[in-house]
Amino acid sequence: MITYLQNNYPEVLSDLVEHLWLALIPVVVGAALSLPLGYLAVRVPSLYQPVVNVGAVLYSIPSLALFLMIPVIIGVGYLSPLNVLIGLSLYTLALLARTVADALISVQGETTQAARALGYRPLRQLFGVELPMAAPVIFAGLRVATVANISLVSVGALVGSGGLGNLFTGGFQLGFVEPIIIGIVLSMLLAGLCDVGLVLLQRRLTPWTRVGGRA
Amino acid sequence: MLKSKLAAAAVALAAILPLSACGGDPTSGGGTGDASSPAITIGSANFPENQLLAEMYAQALEAKGVKVTRKFNIGARELYLKALKDGSINMIPEYNGAFLAALSPNGEVPNGVTTTDQVNAALQKVLPSGLETLTSSPAEDKDTLTVTAATASKYKLAKIDDLKPVASKLVLGAGPEFKTRYQGVVGLKKVYGLTFKSFKSLDPGGPLTKAALKKNQIQVANIFSTDSAIQTDNLKVLDDTKNLFLAQNVTPVLTKAKVKGDVKSTVDAVSAALTTEDLTKYLAEVAVDKKSYESVAKEFLDAKGIN
Amino acid sequence: MSLVSPTPMLNYFGYLFDGANWHLSGDSSIPERLAQHIGYTLAALAIAALIALPVGLLIGHTNRGAFIAIGLGNLGRSLPTFGLVLLLVTYLGVYIWPVLLALIVLAIPPILAQTYAAIRSVDPAAVDAAIGMGMRPRQVLFQAEVPMALPLIIGGLRNALLQVTATATIAAYASFGGLGRLLIDGLNRNQYDQVLAGAILVAALAIALDYISAFIERVVVSPGVRERGSRRSRRSRSAVRTQSPTEESPVSASR
Repeated sequence: MITYLQNNYPEVLSDLVEHLWLALIPVVVGAALSLPLGYLAVRVPSLYQPVVNVGAVLYSIPSLALFLMIPVIIGVGYLSPLNVLIGLSLYTLALLARTVADALISVQGETTQAARALGYRPLRQLFGVELPMAAPVIFAGLRVATVANISLVSVGALVGSGGLGNLFTGGFQLGFVEPIIIGIVLSMLLAGLCDVGLVLLQRRLTPWTRVGGRA
Repeated sequence: MLKSKLAAAAVALAAILPLSACGGDPTSGGGTGDASSPAITIGSANFPENQLLAEMYAQALEAKGVKVTRKFNIGARELYLKALKDGSINMIPEYNGAFLAALSPNGEVPNGVTTTDQVNAALQKVLPSGLETLTSSPAEDKDTLTVTAATASKYKLAKIDDLKPVASKLVLGAGPEFKTRYQGVVGLKKVYGLTFKSFKSLDPGGPLTKAALKKNQIQVANIFSTDSAIQTDNLKVLDDTKNLFLAQNVTPVLTKAKVKGDVKSTVDAVSAALTTEDLTKYLAEVAVDKKSYESVAKEFLDAKGIN
Repeated sequence: MSLVSPTPMLNYFGYLFDGANWHLSGDSSIPERLAQHIGYTLAALAIAALIALPVGLLIGHTNRGAFIAIGLGNLGRSLPTFGLVLLLVTYLGVYIWPVLLALIVLAIPPILAQTYAAIRSVDPAAVDAAIGMGMRPRQVLFQAEVPMALPLIIGGLRNALLQVTATATIAAYASFGGLGRLLIDGLNRNQYDQVLAGAILVAALAIALDYISAFIERVVVSPGVRERGSRRSRRSRSAVRTQSPTEESPVSASR
């Protein structure tokens, strides 16, 4: 194992870096799109069910199938990392749009009524009251999406952009277990670190949730 | 305080979005190189030998100051040719015979084309305008039909023709693409009149194919002639008397626009130095001795005095 | 300029709607691929349930070793299954059982974590009442806790089912059957209609299996529990569908 790392660390390192951005850019894109979409699904109740249903269908498509469908639908190259980036962004969006909507619905009540009574306009109420209150739930969804993305990236190795997944296919073709084990361990470590990072970020952004113990 | 923090976070998130959307594609294309040494994205097929070849060319080009992006282990020819076409890669180590077959209508190569020179001449006639082949290497790696020693003695097999009376009892295993290729199931039927009992989709001369052959799940396998397993596992390569599998010299294919400066001379020097024995020997260092592609490619270039 | 021999790109749905691919007798027909896929999926789910349900019930009932359930749930989600399949096949050989083993490992965490959480979510007053009635621990578990926790337990099973259905496509990369065969073969042969057929069929299968399990859930869950917890369980179940359940999942956090 050590020998393999010594011989191959430049390759492992570049796979790791590729893995990181292939997983995290979709989290950012998906999260950014899910906020307006989730909000819309709350404001326009007839949109809620379609958002939920489309998300569920999208999530049932295997990642390899999704990565393979994108180039034909949007016309990018077969090996473009965009296929993996867009595919994972869609998964993230499917998961988070619903989470955001549910979170916003769950905070409706006395506090939001109080805000309205205080003369908050809708946008100020959204950013000042509803989103902060919904933040713990949204962050929980964000953590799930991030960890899921990090483990899904490796399938991209079959379409030219796999990050640590390159170690899986490369090791498999040569019959070596070392690169596969290294890839699995690094992928899980990455997921763990990103998860911890999100927890810390959430604590900074929502310090009040710590007062009464865990939300 | 809190709400402004959150609002700021939301704004920041929204600001990152367009940035990441357009900045997230550093590996596609490789730019329109206008300097004398263009940036080249080199691809490789999904088997170790091709990746080793790609790494050899990559290091030789890098030594000349060419900026190389590696996009290895793409897949079968059907897939990487598409990548070559859409500009995802600019160069790949090809095998001239298989490449000719892939470009020919229905995969059928004109009659009488068998030798390296004939193959390369025919290749120029069908090569798409945007691509260029560089000088073929003497190193050859052929597709083969291979059986175990036990199967060979059981059915008295020496050449592919010998399979005819027994093929209906035997399972053929290869990469999924082999089933639809002329230099595969299609040609085996047309040229040799072989219809196998069934076809099993495995991998191109990889661990699945070799494992299935050893376990007798398949009896006939498509394995590459440079594979060291032929020696170590005492496998029998059946003679291709009708030249279905053509001359298969390693032949780099590039996007025409990338062939400038030192590129041609550098790539040709590597091809010229490489022999079939080298291929088998250095591939075994990767596949058996577990050395990295980088170090084995470097060892080869050092041994030949190329960098 | 046709770089690659003529492709059926014009007809994206050719493979799916070609009757020849649906013949039962045909070699590698769609029905055969479907049957293989369902076989792998159900086998892996059944074995995973056999392991994870008892352990989850025990942890939930005794509330000992809860960290195992939660930790395993998190760990399981971060495990790249593609890597695990290739590792097990490389290490143990090209057999179907290493592939099944990987699918089982994938399915255990959601079932275990959700079963544990389901038992813990049962109203303590109801459990106290059961104890007060003189039930033994085993009776408390199987006559009080399990019936009330059943919707959430089944939610965990459905979540695992969905994940395994999607992931079983990877078996094809290791030379086995299932609908993944259409994806891998189509990809390498540049037959896009075959790829698309595989993608549509897997998604359709996942949705169909989810509907069937929803029906089973209606049959086995006590009407009283369904009635009482209908709002909550529907919300949590549908959230479960897209995100693995843990203590920190949106479901429990919003509750």
